[in-house]
Amino acid sequence: MALDVTIGQYYGTGSVIHRLDPRAKLLFVLTFIVSIFVAKDVYAFAFLALVVIASVLISRVPIRLVLKGLKPLVIIILFTSVLNIFLTRGEELLFTKEIIKDFWTVNIYKEGLINAALLALRIIILLMGTSVYFSYATTPIELTDGLERGLAPLKKIKVPVHEFAMMMTIALRFIPTLIDETIKIMNAQKARGADFSTGGLIKRAKALIPIIIPLFVSSFRRAEELATAMECRCYHGGNGRTRMNVLKMKIRDYVFIFLSLTMLAGVILINIYANGYKLL
Amino acid sequence: MEPLIKFENVCYTYTGNDAEPGMFAVHDLSLEIKEGEFVAILGHNGSGKSTTAKLMNMILAPNSGDIYVEGNKITGRELTDEDVFEVRKKIGMVFQNPDNQIVATIVEEDVAFGPENLGVPSQEIRKRVDEALDIVGMREYARHAPHKLSGGQKQRVAIAGVIAMKPKCIIFDESTAMLDPMGRKEVMNTIRRLNKEGMTVILITHYMNEAVLADRVIVMKSGEIYEQGDPKDVFCNVERLWEAGLEVPQTTELIFKLNKKFGWEIPLGVYDFDTCARLVTEKIKEVRGENVGN
Repeated sequence: MALDVTIGQYYGTGSVIHRLDPRAKLLFVLTFIVSIFVAKDVYAFAFLALVVIASVLISRVPIRLVLKGLKPLVIIILFTSVLNIFLTRGEELLFTKEIIKDFWTVNIYKEGLINAALLALRIIILLMGTSVYFSYATTPIELTDGLERGLAPLKKIKVPVHEFAMMMTIALRFIPTLIDETIKIMNAQKARGADFSTGGLIKRAKALIPIIIPLFVSSFRRAEELATAMECRCYHGGNGRTRMNVLKMKIRDYVFIFLSLTMLAGVILINIYANGYKLL
Repeated sequence: MEPLIKFENVCYTYTGNDAEPGMFAVHDLSLEIKEGEFVAILGHNGSGKSTTAKLMNMILAPNSGDIYVEGNKITGRELTDEDVFEVRKKIGMVFQNPDNQIVATIVEEDVAFGPENLGVPSQEIRKRVDEALDIVGMREYARHAPHKLSGGQKQRVAIAGVIAMKPKCIIFDESTAMLDPMGRKEVMNTIRRLNKEGMTVILITHYMNEAVLADRVIVMKSGEIYEQGDPKDVFCNVERLWEAGLEVPQTTELIFKLNKKFGWEIPLGVYDFDTCARLVTEKIKEVRGENVGN
């Protein structure tokens, strides 16, 4: 049962963005998120949208793939937009109708429409930006590595950075193994006449118990064996541990960080000096 | 020369305590393993063979008796982490289930795990990882995800992970038990090659045809050594092995039964199917010839 599970959605093209240091990418995503929430002016949004489009082009990840990643969130995007259309109060009334007398009047303002559009755009560029940098152009292992190394200073205040990174690595390692195991257990239960696909919600939930219990039991057994195997290989936490692949910041990484900060500064400046429509 | 590993009257019990020992998993066990040797440990389930392995690299500590690694006593005193690492660095272990001993999501990262823990400098790790993957013949899979490999390949990655720590001895704790015949062959070939290059190998197994490849066989029963010696001598004692609930190699069993039934005297120490077939055919021809002659 070789199930082909792709963890994350890494799409390797070997572009500059793929080759950047994960720490630089982490920093970029951080400034990018801050920029998006700081942005108020239409021009600032346009600027950030350009940044995202440029990123997608440079990374050479097919744009259709990136857009497909938005699919599961279409409902959330629509929901926030619709709420904004109806709930924003502005100056220029476009449409009004009393639905229940003296109680509920629907007012749609021009500002409401623009706000809704901008908020939808905000979510879309946020998702596209982060997914290009985090899932399409960075492998999970680079990401964990980047987090461990990037957050290393926090060790001084006793944050167990190495332990968290190790846990993430092991979790990623065992996702496909446990999926295989789940399928095996399901088939074993089906072979004994278990039924997972009919009945109401409660009946179906109950049918899952004979899957979950063996899965837990075997996971604990695996955990114990893995712990022994790790001990045999002299694992003793993060102290005194070296790494095979050492992350090294190159000039391009520093340039990239500089660009990230410029982006944030740019957004703030546009907010102050541009006089486009401002988000309410 | 000092033996690599030496057990002196070692006892271990999972249940009970020192004052009131329960069932002994290992009882009054004394053995020596020399450097460069290929030793197979055989035994029924619950005969104490895996416990013996775990005692060797300090996963378990004995209730009584002493264990020496390269002449250094590793029992009977408070041990520091350093002591434990020294032993585990020398004696690596490969387990039964390859899935439960691979830590990383990329083959070479996993092979690097051991040396990383030992604090080996980065460039040296790179070198060791490449060498180890070459030895097990998995270099081309260095950047692959382990869950996409076959059982035998995964087990070879696990072996590479141990080799990269540069141990003197590797213990294989039923490392072929979960593999298909192909995978078993891959792993056994790797083990034999390692031994030829000077690695001490301790192979714990159920499979007789794996045990016959060893220099020395130790048969365990109820936590004690039941029989040991050259595989040829041990396996020739067919009835004694049957008493211990063990199988003998199929070829030995066939020849033993034929010898018994017809009063022949074909030598028992034959493990190769072709040689066995040739010997039996010759014997049959010889017997027929005699009959015709009469």
